[in-house]
Amino acid sequence: MSTPVATPPAGPPPGIAPPPPAGKGAVEGSATWRLTDRIGLAICWALGLLFCAIAVAIAVYLFIQGIKFLKPSMLVTPASAGFSQTETGGFSDALFGTLIVAVMGIAIALPAGIAIAVWLVEYGRPTALARITESTIEAIAGIPSIVLALFGTVIFSSTALGFLSRSSEGVVFGRSFFAAATMLSLVALPLIVASTREGLNSIPRHVREASYAVGKTKAATTRRILLPASRPQVATGAMLGLGRIIGDTAIIVVLLGATQNFAPVEGAAFPINYLRGAGTTLTNFVYEASPTGNLNQPQKAYAAAFVLLLMVLALNAAVDVIHRRARKVGTWSS
Amino acid sequence: MEEEYQQEYGPKWSDQRVERMLGALVCAVVGLLLAMIVVVFIHAWPSFAHNGLSWFGPGGDVDDQLNAIFLSGQSGAEYIYTFHAWPLIWSTLLITGGAVSIALFSALFVAVFIVEFAPEWMSNILQPVVRFLASVPSVIYGLLGVLVLVPFIGNHLVTEPQKASVAGVISLTGYSLLAAVTVLTVMIAPLMVSIFSDGLRAVKPGWLEGSLALGVNRWRTTWKIAVRTARPAIVAGTVLAVARAIGEAVMLAMISGSVGFAPNPADGAIFIYEPSRPLAPTIVKNIDQLSSPPANATLFAIAAVLLFSAAFLSLTGWAARRSMRKYGATA
Repeated sequence: MSTPVATPPAGPPPGIAPPPPAGKGAVEGSATWRLTDRIGLAICWALGLLFCAIAVAIAVYLFIQGIKFLKPSMLVTPASAGFSQTETGGFSDALFGTLIVAVMGIAIALPAGIAIAVWLVEYGRPTALARITESTIEAIAGIPSIVLALFGTVIFSSTALGFLSRSSEGVVFGRSFFAAATMLSLVALPLIVASTREGLNSIPRHVREASYAVGKTKAATTRRILLPASRPQVATGAMLGLGRIIGDTAIIVVLLGATQNFAPVEGAAFPINYLRGAGTTLTNFVYEASPTGNLNQPQKAYAAAFVLLLMVLALNAAVDVIHRRARKVGTWSS
Repeated sequence: MEEEYQQEYGPKWSDQRVERMLGALVCAVVGLLLAMIVVVFIHAWPSFAHNGLSWFGPGGDVDDQLNAIFLSGQSGAEYIYTFHAWPLIWSTLLITGGAVSIALFSALFVAVFIVEFAPEWMSNILQPVVRFLASVPSVIYGLLGVLVLVPFIGNHLVTEPQKASVAGVISLTGYSLLAAVTVLTVMIAPLMVSIFSDGLRAVKPGWLEGSLALGVNRWRTTWKIAVRTARPAIVAGTVLAVARAIGEAVMLAMISGSVGFAPNPADGAIFIYEPSRPLAPTIVKNIDQLSSPPANATLFAIAAVLLFSAAFLSLTGWAARRSMRKYGATA
């Protein structure tokens, strides 16, 4: 049995004609303005075009460099030591590292973010705690990720959490996929909370009341009515969060051990040994392969940056698709 | 059916229990933030305690001090904590201030343009452009800065006599304030644009129509009514951008020059070509020194300063928005 989802009525109510479209002369042109105002408008145009030019320049330049230097073999060969750029392999470990970190980070951030947003919108008592929570989420959004990373080194180096990373003779290394993903989830959390709250807030009160009136509990209403109805916003938040996780470098450099390959821990079962070990991601690879890093292989840095950019563009496109589909189905907010 | 109903809505998922579970999670997140503040300050304390207020002052070469601190922790001799962070703080202030003021100006114009004046086709192009620029990872900006902008500045903008004039003090290679400010501006301006334009869109049309009906032209109406009403959003966007700029570590580590040098405005035009290193990149650059206790304390002290600035910023933003609430717009 498919679960019915409450959807708002599409289109304007019957019987009311939409207003006629404005004619061509309806908007005042700039011809009658004073000179200073027209100069201001010119600045607007110039800056708008400058933004477009910068974006096009970045995209085109990275595409050209990426296509020039990216070889399919780089995506499947791990990095290795060597003297020239042809000997040092590719960045498959970095690519997989990015995917692992993204999946793990969002797997922590998404449920937590939704739960916090639901609590804030649907429960939110006592009010003082709700205020504090709001400021906490806002504060987390403003904390530099390098500070989160340093904090992570402290918690994950504690002996109690030694099972999450490599440890030898009682000294816990504290650098692992678990450590990095946990801290990265904090980076994504505020975006998911904000977006989910926006979705929940846009659902009118009477929808909740209708659900309570047929005897559903608050929890059931949230799960069956409110969350399905705010699915587009939740998905948008998740995509934005994923973008931040994939793009973050500081936490990776500090908490993933800054190796060039996976460094699985011995004596653990298959997926866990890799997750407990150090690793690398595309952002870390780009950082290390840039002229200021330890590897200095600009060509591979371009190739990895190109792959990273494609991922980000795919996420952007996904947000677009979600928005367009939500608009077609109709949401409470628009 | 009854069984299924019990499973889903029975005592296991009763309202009280769900509320308590969600409340516990919320408390845990709040607790995590408090724990972070406490942990960072406890770890930072030795560095602050040994230096006092001179931690923030000038004196000596910062890079030499960091090195001495690290080595003293390795050798097992008495720990050295002497650290005067002024060049790093000065660099943070210069780069953040430069980038934020340029970005604020241009983001305001672009947001006004998108919401009010751009023809439809233009704003349909600009919105994805802004979203794209905001989502490019900072390390890609850093890479482009290192491989494109820095060589350009080093080879074409800085002249040989300029390089020679400061050769004894510092070498001008293109890793510079100019490069850092430029790239940082491109990074934070799109963030501001998207928040500003949300704020401008939320202005009640009736207010604008009232102004237009009095014969005020669209340009004046936008700036006098819409931008003023959207001031809380402008504050919010600026605070977020400043926080991002202060905390940006990796990109600035790549292109700021990574020298503990305080660029001196008295040097004249060369000043913008001088390298430096802000606070956050200093942590990234010295991250492998965490094992040395005094270096660990020093890096956490830098993190504590960043954390304090972030908290101070969001407090200022909150206070500013509160006092603007009477203007009727929300952010």
